[in-house]
Amino acid sequence: MRVEQISVFLENKAGRLSEVCRILGQADINIRALSLADTTDFGILRLIVNDTAKAKATLKEKGFTVGRTDVVAVEVPDRPGGLAQVLGILEEHEINVEYMYAFVQQSGANAVIIFRFDDLDMAAGKLQEAGVTVLPGEKVYAL
Amino acid sequence: MIFDQEFETLPREGLEAIQVRRLRAVAERLYHTVPFYKKHFDEAGVRPESIKSLEDLKRLPFTEKQHLRDNYPFGMFATPMDQVVRIHVSSGTTGKPTVVGYTKGDINTWSELMARTVSAAGCGPGDIVHNAYGYGLFTGGLGFHYGAERVGAAVIPISGGQTQRQLMVMSDFGPTILTCTPSYALYLAEAAGDAGMDFKSFKFKAGIFGAEPWSEEMRQDIEAKMGLKAMDIYGLSEMIGPGVSVECIEAQSGLHVFEDHFLPEIIDPDTGENLAPGEVGELVFTTLTKEAFPLIRYRTRDITTLRYEPCVCGRTLARMGKIMGRSDDMLIIRGVNVFPSQVEAVLMDVKGVEPHYLLVVAREKQLDTLEVQVEVNEAIFTDEVKGLQSLENDIHKRIKDMLGVSAKVRLVEPKSIQRSQGKAQRVIDKRNL
Repeated sequence: MRVEQISVFLENKAGRLSEVCRILGQADINIRALSLADTTDFGILRLIVNDTAKAKATLKEKGFTVGRTDVVAVEVPDRPGGLAQVLGILEEHEINVEYMYAFVQQSGANAVIIFRFDDLDMAAGKLQEAGVTVLPGEKVYAL
Repeated sequence: MIFDQEFETLPREGLEAIQVRRLRAVAERLYHTVPFYKKHFDEAGVRPESIKSLEDLKRLPFTEKQHLRDNYPFGMFATPMDQVVRIHVSSGTTGKPTVVGYTKGDINTWSELMARTVSAAGCGPGDIVHNAYGYGLFTGGLGFHYGAERVGAAVIPISGGQTQRQLMVMSDFGPTILTCTPSYALYLAEAAGDAGMDFKSFKFKAGIFGAEPWSEEMRQDIEAKMGLKAMDIYGLSEMIGPGVSVECIEAQSGLHVFEDHFLPEIIDPDTGENLAPGEVGELVFTTLTKEAFPLIRYRTRDITTLRYEPCVCGRTLARMGKIMGRSDDMLIIRGVNVFPSQVEAVLMDVKGVEPHYLLVVAREKQLDTLEVQVEVNEAIFTDEVKGLQSLENDIHKRIKDMLGVSAKVRLVEPKSIQRSQGKAQRVIDKRNL
């Protein structure tokens, strides 16, 4: 149920994000989803790619600081109130969301949302119990 | 105004005769009371009683900051503890500070020298001294306090900080002499402007600014904004604190060294050879009258010049130029001595942090700022913003606790700090000093 995500430390200055995207493009790695958390000084780029190991190795080789984290990918009905319903389940179980972002592509008629929780397995279990579809890694990388 | 007409205007010949007599006396006393100096002199093959002229000074070995550290805390004291009435402390390089002691006689000498100092800025009975130097282990506050009292001026011992209260006191009490660091002076002027006050409407006629190097341009700026005459003062706790040298209000051209108490030399910092008057080199001092903590040929690491022409004010004392830099890597940030090695020691204590760092010193709104750049490696990286921010806060707090200065911590990408084959560049100083 877990999905691998890589994260990259970026200084908050012009050209850094495009540098990462160029490096990944040249290595023929496809970005499936991304989010950028930023402060005045630095940013943390989080990525789901089609080849996590290769992406991490390539970026490290180019001198970036790269981390690897497990996240959960959830299918959310692509209609008004779809996300609110999923978040309602989390609220009910008092599960705190560290961060979340949306996928570029849909899975069939559904949107895909990436969640980071403290206790991934517990959160994923509760979502599944409530009838939410949690996508396995292989399916996500291939979307 | 000259406080000590006799000693501040001695003909050079008479001054040198006093210096030689005092030099030999202090060298003999140190040789017999401080084990470090006996060994130090013996190793250099010199006997104190062989000192017959100022030329002989050159044969005496230097005293370095490291020697003070090696003898921490009281090993360099030349009097028994029951003669010591005061202890001051200056910031050190590796966590251990430099400790200096004063006898009753030393406190009296210090008061006299500070009386000379404030008099040189035109301070006397009837003046009110707004003393915003820090009181405490730092020598600045108490040194000025005693000097101002000695000349019969009224002292407001306000110390540093609480700027709004400082402005109220300035506005309501009408102090005439301001004593603080030059950067704090400008900060006060700016704060006054922000509060809708005109600093020039205050009654200040002169300010004595020191504890950090400042430029001639900064003097112009201070005098224009604050409506007072700005004098530079120099001192260091190893000598006595403030009261080693000061500019006179008449000329504002070079700092008169109280040579009857502190014998100055300028040396080449690499070879240790003495340089001619006017040449730029490292300032070295020998204390001639200190009782509890005398030092022979102490290397200050401050770079400046010495010249000996008499001044229009009437003083015959040598004048040193403004401090132009350091012969080591010490930084003075808001009056606090900071060595890059201290910051490094703090960073090395943080788990996962590598010894790649850069200190960027600048001056914003007249206050010194220190930025510490730290490279983010995998050991300290996390994909959550709050994790990295708490790392920044942790480093900030450790630096504040250990060094006493607030630093902005900036996380940077790996390899963004220049690597060097030889001596790594650890500091970028953007201040125009």
